[in-house]
Amino acid sequence: MTAEETRAALASRFGVDVASAPVMSVTVPPDRWEELGRFAKETLGCRFFSFLTAVDWKEQGLEVVAKVDNLDDNVSLVLKTRLGPGVTACSSLTPVYRGANWMERECFDMFGIRFENHPDLRRILLEDTWEGYPLLKSYAVDTPHPPYR
Amino acid sequence: MLDESTVSRVEMDWSGPERLTMNMGPQHPSAHGVFRAIVTLEGETVVAVDAVIGYLHRCHEKLSETLTYAQYPSIASKTDYVAAMTSEFAYVLAAEEIGKIEVPKRAQYLRVICAELQRIASHLLWLGTWCMDMGGALGGGATIFLYCIRERELILDLFEALVGARLLYGFFQVGGTRYDIPDGWAQKCRETIDLIDSRVDEYQQMLEHNAFFLARAKGVGIVSRELAEDVGIAGPLLRGSGVNFDLRRNAPYSSYEDFDFRVPVETDGDCYARYRVRMAEFRQAIAIVRQALDKLPAGPISSRPALKSVAQIRIPKGEAYTRVEGPRGEVGTYMISDGSAKPYRMKWRGASFSNLAILPHIIPGHKVADVVAIMGSVDPVFGEVDR
Repeated sequence: MTAEETRAALASRFGVDVASAPVMSVTVPPDRWEELGRFAKETLGCRFFSFLTAVDWKEQGLEVVAKVDNLDDNVSLVLKTRLGPGVTACSSLTPVYRGANWMERECFDMFGIRFENHPDLRRILLEDTWEGYPLLKSYAVDTPHPPYR
Repeated sequence: MLDESTVSRVEMDWSGPERLTMNMGPQHPSAHGVFRAIVTLEGETVVAVDAVIGYLHRCHEKLSETLTYAQYPSIASKTDYVAAMTSEFAYVLAAEEIGKIEVPKRAQYLRVICAELQRIASHLLWLGTWCMDMGGALGGGATIFLYCIRERELILDLFEALVGARLLYGFFQVGGTRYDIPDGWAQKCRETIDLIDSRVDEYQQMLEHNAFFLARAKGVGIVSRELAEDVGIAGPLLRGSGVNFDLRRNAPYSSYEDFDFRVPVETDGDCYARYRVRMAEFRQAIAIVRQALDKLPAGPISSRPALKSVAQIRIPKGEAYTRVEGPRGEVGTYMISDGSAKPYRMKWRGASFSNLAILPHIIPGHKVADVVAIMGSVDPVFGEVDR
């Protein structure tokens, strides 16, 4: 599926604007997140799972960002969803893409986002006893961490 | 006299429902860093593996929010320290894309030369350590390791002559490169890659006629194309599983479209296929360096004005995802700029992190000894896994 066809298919299925620059990106409400993942993989042919992460937009809440590619036709697609202020729950893409497993664990580790239906949601980079979520803007770089600092 | 009734016997082969949980690492010599695998065994066969990572975590993503566009590139090299040039490359490309900063043609070529030399150095380290992991099968174990390190030193000498450092360079800056090549460097570089070109033949002779090597690599750790894409493994692993995709050709950056090279692809998806891909990549990297040296344009090496302060580079609001084809695959940075001198948010897509995530999918069903061979064939660098 070419970039143009991908854009048209996304616009008609989700009824949203598809941004084209700098990369094609689409934002959907959180309740359609998993549906978007499935649609990207099964219909649009974006089978390559590149990464998943989040952005803390402070009072506007967290945004989850994932990128998938269609390697055959060289189309990249960025998927986004805004969770809203104070919300830390999001549906998981792991049932769709196995690569989302570790990426969502990292996202949980760093932002505290609870991915529903994730098979094994626990911290991945930090130790299990770590307090707080370091990539939140409210987490200061010099937050004390006894006995080390 | 030994009383037979008090002797307890332990069956070495698995013959019942009993499972053993064994800890490999964090300080295991085959981990090439700090990595712990909790493997569940039935006899010698692995039935499950839980990968524990994070021992080298420094939270580069938080760090990058506190350092300016002038400061961070030399820190970026500390993510994948075996291919430091690549990490810097991914970061500066993102800043340049958001800021629409022109990079002079000469700087683009210098970047390509360094990135390809880095690929050769990184693959040499991978080949040496992987063969050493597989031990005595390969002529006493350390033979090929020492050969590879000997050649890698020559490339590090080139980098030292260029930037003064051998491991972590700080060669890239937003807008170009920090240094131009010194007199006589191009000639030295040509001699080095000619030598390595001939030595790669020697390694292939040694390995591909070694029955033990073939037995340990062929048919071991098979990754199907479907699994490869689903987990998002990249680089030689992806191409070893039959996916014909290389960012240097499919999404060229930094003038890669100016060079003729082939993208090696293998379809078997096993350790041997990954080995074949990397061996072919040696040749392609050498070919690209030769062409870049031949065609190296004259001109400035950076469009960045001299800095009076580290916070001088400001980049307009925007976001970008830029990626480069590193020795281990797609290294990308997803950067969001808020118009200040530091990124608002930056995500590292470390190739090794995604590549390592394949292990729990492919190790079960193999013997313990194969775990080492498979892990080595993935070529993880833990600085990049943990970031």
